[in-house]
Parts: sequence; C-alpha cells; structure tokens
Amino acid sequence: MLNAIDKRLLQEVADLHTIPQGAYNIRKNGQAAGRQSTANIDIVTKAEKPGIDVIIKPGTKGESVHIPVILSESLDDLVYNTFEIGAGSDVLIVAGCGIHNPGSNKSQHDGVHEFFVRKGAKMKYVEKHYGEGSGSGQRILNPKTIIEVEEDGTVELEMIQIKGVDQTKRDTQIRLHKNARLIVSERLLTDLEQNAESNITVELFGEDATAQIISRSVAQDNSRQVFHLSLRGYAKCRGHIQCDSIIMQNAQVSSIPEITAFHSDAELIHEAAIGKIASEQLVKLMTLGLTEEEAETTILQGFLK
Amino acid sequence: MLELRDISVSVTEEKEVPILKDINLALDKNKIYVMTGPNGGGKSSIAKTIMGIYQPVKGKILLDGIDITEKGITERARLGIGYAFQQPPRFKGLKVRELLALAGKEDLDEQCDLLFDVGLCAQDYIDREINASFSGGELKRIEIATLLARNLNVAVFDEPEAGIDLWSFQKLTETFEHLHEKYNTTLVIISHQERILRLADEVILVSEGRISEITSRENILAEIEKIDFDCRCRKECIKGEIASAECDR
Ligand SMILES: Nc1ncnc2c1ncn2[C@@H]1O[C@H](COP(=O)(O)OP(=O)(O)OP(=O)(O)O)[C@@H](O)[C@H]1O
Ligand SMILES: [Mg+2]
Repeated sequence: MLNAIDKRLLQEVADLHTIPQGAYNIRKNGQAAGRQSTANIDIVTKAEKPGIDVIIKPGTKGESVHIPVILSESLDDLVYNTFEIGAGSDVLIVAGCGIHNPGSNKSQHDGVHEFFVRKGAKMKYVEKHYGEGSGSGQRILNPKTIIEVEEDGTVELEMIQIKGVDQTKRDTQIRLHKNARLIVSERLLTDLEQNAESNITVELFGEDATAQIISRSVAQDNSRQVFHLSLRGYAKCRGHIQCDSIIMQNAQVSSIPEITAFHSDAELIHEAAIGKIASEQLVKLMTLGLTEEEAETTILQGFLK
Repeated sequence: MLELRDISVSVTEEKEVPILKDINLALDKNKIYVMTGPNGGGKSSIAKTIMGIYQPVKGKILLDGIDITEKGITERARLGIGYAFQQPPRFKGLKVRELLALAGKEDLDEQCDLLFDVGLCAQDYIDREINASFSGGELKRIEIATLLARNLNVAVFDEPEAGIDLWSFQKLTETFEHLHEKYNTTLVIISHQERILRLADEVILVSEGRISEITSRENILAEIEKIDFDCRCRKECIKGEIASAECDR
C-alpha cells in the first residue's frame, strides 16, 4: 500500500499523482509495490538478481513506462534493470528515485540501468532524484546507466537532481552507432554538505552519429560537484558538450573535459564555464521591484529549467 | 518631482575615485529631459544613482519631497523609478514573456502590444530565451519594453537608440513623445541623437562628473547647426530619408 509520504515521493520523482497510465513498476523499500504490463510492454522480474526486464515490442509508439523507486526507511537497495526498446518504437521511460529518510541510518539506492535501443527506435528517458527527511541519516544515490543505441536510433536523456541527496555518483555510458542521435540534459543543484559526481562517457562508433550534452548546475553552501564529461569519436561524427555551473558561497565545482578523436572526420567540441550569478542580472531584476533573494531564485530557476 | 541635491558619488577600486561631483537637479513630472555629453562624462552614473545602484557619499535624493537617499534598488523600483540599462544583461533560461511578467505585464495581449511598440514581432520573440542568441539591438528593445511595461513616476533610458536601426528609430521616438503624458512620468533619456534631443523640454549637459549646463533644446540644436554647417546630407539624415547617411558626430 502507498501512504502519503510514498505518494509525495512519487509525485516528486515521476510527476505522478495517481497510479500511472500504461506500463509501470513501483519499487518501495526494496520490494515490488505495484506493476502493470501492457499489450506492447512486458515487465518481468529478473530470475538471477534483483531487478526487472522491460521489453518493448518493435513498433510500439507513444507509450510510456514509469519505474519509480521510493525509499522511506533506512535501507541498502541494489537493483539491476534491463530495457529492450524494440526497433522503430517511440517511447517515454520515467525512472527516478525518491528517498524519505527519517532516521539516523543511511538510505542508499544503487540502480544499474541497461538499455538496448534497437534500430530506428526513439527513447526519451527521464531520471529524477529527490531526497527529504529531517533525520541525520545520509541519502545516497548511485545510478549507473548504460545505453547502446543502434543504427538510426534517437535517445533523449534528462537527468535531474535538485537538493536533498547527500551523496551521488552518477555513471553514464553511451555507445552510438551509425546515424544515432543523443541529447543529454543534466540539471543539478547541491547545497549544504552534499557531494555530487557525474561521469558521462559517450562513444561515437558509427558514421554520422551525433551527441549533444548540456549540463547545468548550481552549487551552494559547502557542497561539491565534479563533472567528468567525455566524448570519444571513432568515425565521422559530431559531438558537443556544454557544461555550465553557477557557484555560490563556499561551494566547489570541477569540470573536467575530455574529448578524444580517433578519426580525422570527428568534430568534437567542449565548452565549460563556472562562475557566480552575474551581478548585472541581479541588479536588473531588482530594478523591476524584486528583492535580492527573489532575483536570485528567479535566475537560478531559469538557469536550471 | 525628483530632486538630486549636492550629490557626489565615488567608486572604490584601489582607492576612492570620485565619479560624480556636486550634482544638483530638479526634474519635473510630465517632462522630457535629455541628458547628453562626452563619453565617460557621468551620465550613466547619474542614472544609476537615481536607481539606487550607486550610493552617494554625499547629498540627498528626494522623490516628491520624500528623502529616498537611504532606500535600496528594490524599494525605489516599487516607488516607481525605472532604469533601462545602457548594456542590458542576458538571462540564460528566462523567456521574454517571463521577464515582461516580472516587470508587471502578465497579460499576453498586453505583452504583444509592448513588443510591437519596440518594433519586435511578438510571435517571434515572446517565447524566446533572453540568452546569447539575442542580438544587441534586440536586447536593447526588450530592455526598453521592460520599462514601458511599468507605469513609472521616473523613467530613465540609457542610450535607448544604441543599436536600433533607423526604421525602428522613428517608432521609438514616437513612443517617447507620448510616454510621459499617460502617467505624468518624469522622463529622462540619455542620448547623443539629434532626433531625441528634439523631444527635450530641457537638455542636461554632463561632463567630467558634473552638470556643465542645463539648457533648452533650441540652444543645443542651434549649436549643432553651427557645427554642421558644412554637412550637406544633414537635413535628409534627420528626416531619415537616406538610410545610409552617416554623420561622423
Ligand atoms: N563602477 C565603476 N567603477 C569604476 N569606474 C566607474 C564605475 N562607474 C563609472 N565609472 C567611471 O566614471 C566615469 C563616468 O562613467 P559613466 O558610465 O557614468 O559615463 P557616461 O557619461 O555614461 O559615458 P558613455 O557616454 O560612454 O556611456 C567614467 O570615467 C567611468 O570609467
Ligand atoms: Mg553611459
């Protein structure tokens, strides 16, 4: 059964107000708390280890899969999920993890998500992290995402974490084949004593593969962020990384670029910038009647949108 | 009425550098003042001091008889003072529509009218982010619109014509011509443009951090006429007939 806290967590990580339409699998405190397959989307429990297989039939269009994970007690949760996105399909997958940790022990969720995006398939994958709870227990999330995109496939990846998570190490590995397209947008806000690390490696194997990574982050208080974004081009391909961070108070941000070309027709660009909120922006909004705090919030919200 | 009494402003870098010295101004409601003078003379600094962006080291600022010297930017904005920046900032992630809403115009139709007033096609701009993709002229127009969005007591425009093409310039001067009438606004326009000078009830000359002269539009125009005696394209230039006419002024 889902209680009020569960429902709030679900809403935060998956924008769900009720049980979702279409296929879903809700995991609560390491246990299955609800599942539904559909005619085109099959969700089955893995036999050999914790986790699920999500199998989407070729040609499935306009359907969605919600697979939220919620933790409302101290727990060490580890899960392996595999997704088979059938050729020519077009689907939305909403994952995400919400932690409510009321106690003093840590709550940790480590998820390994592996995707096979078959020929010509289109997938949008949204992963949102959310943490709350007044206890001193740490909230820890370490997702690992591996995506294989076959010929003509398109993947859009949205990764969002706004406050609430004490420790996160996010590893993302993507392999792009011929004419595959990738767009990654990452949004991160850390505060207090939080630590976040994001490693994204994209390997462009196929001719005319393209990758665009847009990472925006805000680091407040004593928090620390490390970005290691890497593009590796093995064919005639194009890749672009834009990494933009706003730094405040005593925070610390490292942005470590890496672009490697193994082919003379690989075009790879990396742009990274770290800076505080431009004071003219604050002043401009204050001249419209906003207080300094309101101006700051407006700027940060826009930046992380 | 806005009054600046014996205002001096300094900026502190390594040492204190005075940038405005003993500024005295009394600006009436429902009038247009054009502030002009050499680069680095102190025009923008006066505007920023009016807005509360620069704090004076000496002197007082009064709005309708009330001392506002100690009030910050936000409070002055709420009292109806507005300043359109000479170099407006860009905002990653903030849309034109959102900025205009922050300025107080939330209604979509009214927002479109505003964009029209500054010569922008609403459809193309309303949902655009005010980011690096904006051209200089577009940015200036949005900046002007954020002031037109508000019913101000005192509106200061800092070189609004900079970067605005000739065609739109006509529209802009028309907008300024009637702006102050509606809300009894004290309109201050910082400009080097003859066609803006023609709108002035009074012209304020600023140089070397001081007000060097307050004079009438007729005097200033007569002076310009004298300087330009030899420039034959001048008449067409003023009428905007020759788009390519460029004066070296
Ligand atoms: N924040 C500041 N720090 C240092 N110097 C400043 C600052 N603001 C203004 N100044 C100096 O004060 C003087 C006046 O500058 P201001 O911007 O007011 O000139 P202006 O008349 O608006 O010039 P322009 O016509 O070029 O816009 C200049 O010498 C400028 O360098
Ligand atoms: Mg100036």
